Amino acid sequence: MKKERLKKQHSIIPGRGMTLGITITMLSLFILIPLVSAMLYSFRMSWKDFTELITRPNVTQAFATSIWCSLIAAVINCIFGTILAWVLVRYEFPGKRLMDAMIELPFALPTAVAGITLTKMYSDNGFLGRALERVGIRVSYTRLGIIIAMVFIGIPFVVRAVQPILEKLPAAHEEAALMLGASRFTTFRKVIFPEIMPALLSGFGLALARGIGEYGSVIYISGNSEKNGTQVVSYIIMSKLNSGNVDYEGAAAIALVLLILSFLMLFLINMIQHFAARRTNA
Amino acid sequence: MKERREIIVKWMLIGISFLFFIIMLVLPLLEVIVRALADGWDSYCNAISADHTLSALKVTLIATVIALAVNTVFGLAAAWALTKFDFFGRNVLSTLIDIPFSISPVIAGLAFIMTFGRSGWMAPVLDWINQTLGTDIALVFSVPGVVLATIFVTFPFVSREIIPILYAQGSDEEEAAALMGAKGFTIFRKITFPHIKWGLLYGMILCTARAFGEFGAVYAISKTRGETFTLPLEIDALYMTGSADSITQAFAVSSLLVAMAVVILIGKNIVEYYGRKRK
Repeated sequence: MKKERLKKQHSIIPGRGMTLGITITMLSLFILIPLVSAMLYSFRMSWKDFTELITRPNVTQAFATSIWCSLIAAVINCIFGTILAWVLVRYEFPGKRLMDAMIELPFALPTAVAGITLTKMYSDNGFLGRALERVGIRVSYTRLGIIIAMVFIGIPFVVRAVQPILEKLPAAHEEAALMLGASRFTTFRKVIFPEIMPALLSGFGLALARGIGEYGSVIYISGNSEKNGTQVVSYIIMSKLNSGNVDYEGAAAIALVLLILSFLMLFLINMIQHFAARRTNA
Repeated sequence: MKERREIIVKWMLIGISFLFFIIMLVLPLLEVIVRALADGWDSYCNAISADHTLSALKVTLIATVIALAVNTVFGLAAAWALTKFDFFGRNVLSTLIDIPFSISPVIAGLAFIMTFGRSGWMAPVLDWINQTLGTDIALVFSVPGVVLATIFVTFPFVSREIIPILYAQGSDEEEAAALMGAKGFTIFRKITFPHIKWGLLYGMILCTARAFGEFGAVYAISKTRGETFTLPLEIDALYMTGSADSITQAFAVSSLLVAMAVVILIGKNIVEYYGRKRK
């Protein structure tokens, strides 16, 4: 403890002023100043107008759609993400390397490409869409479509969060539990799940945050219909920026609410990570 | 008995994984290729060599290269500052850097309009600069705006990859070098850089991937097709035209981005492989 404090005062490594200066200047210029301006912009609106706008049916519905769809998608991603991570860490099978390499495709594939492709795949002239139509499930232009797009963009977050934890987890723990007569399910629940829980939560949070603000991959498959409740928040913001009916103040106000939501989530993720780090250090 | 059940569970889980993998990741890729070539090879070539496509490709490359350069400089500086020194507000700074990850890209575009747009508070400053220097710089609805939006959404990628590596490595080697009188840049080049080079490359690859594919942030701030449009915006414009031909063209242009994505994935795996081998 004492040693640490000493180091704090006299770091002999050079470059403190320069690197800290670059960091703070660039962060302010590119991120903080524009963001704060956007927030201040929404204060040009009176409180009454603000609440009137935020409680408009299409706005509240868009928030409900964004939040619910991204929640459901994040839960689906946690289930499949854990299975994928497990399979990739614990089993050997043909095609494993390819699967591992392609998990991050959603990060590399532009969202607009993902959006139009998923839409066409699940529309009634795409082959998956046609097959699902026959059993009475419509995907394109419904909320189910929004969820599928969010599952697509969110899956790497969960797999890449859980995978390293499973790699470090010694197989001996499970073997011991199994030998002592615990069922596979109990072993998973009592031995493995607590270990991956913090990572899973942080993957969940990242996928959720990405889903709530997502634009490119969602807007094509959603159809953006107010009647069907398939408008998402980012669509509402964007529609206020388009030349026909520019409403910067309205856009800024809705963005502010979305921003607060995102910050709450960022805060939660950091809390979880902090908590997890303390647990593993103890 | 238990062993057989084990095997059943194993193949069941592998089966589920493959099903998910094929439906969610492989099929969309094939779909792009099939639809891109729906009207034959000639019209595919026409679509990807159209003027709008080439102009969009140029803007995309400009934005990607600048964003990559800015984020690399920032990432290195931020990682150095955050891991080598202790100062008041370090945790806050570290949290602020990650902001773009949890913000809707639409808000990023909007933020620049609110700052530099006609009704933004920086607009008079910009006007003044333009008048005194006789220039005609516009930061929104222009290529510089596209670059700014791209920088915003890719901001944390490089620093995020390097910071954990530098934390794990500690500062002892750098301190020893500094005690022996090495200059800052020499320390970085000879001691720090070899440790972080794969992480740096990895972050740069992720940054590139996000930069050329960004849609929401750029869409808010770029309105002129053929001038300030990037490839994703060009795809959107073609797709939204709605005719069967233009949708095929949209997929043809998409196939360019798919090719770039595949190159990125291969590069990423090579870097990961070498990075792991070093460990």
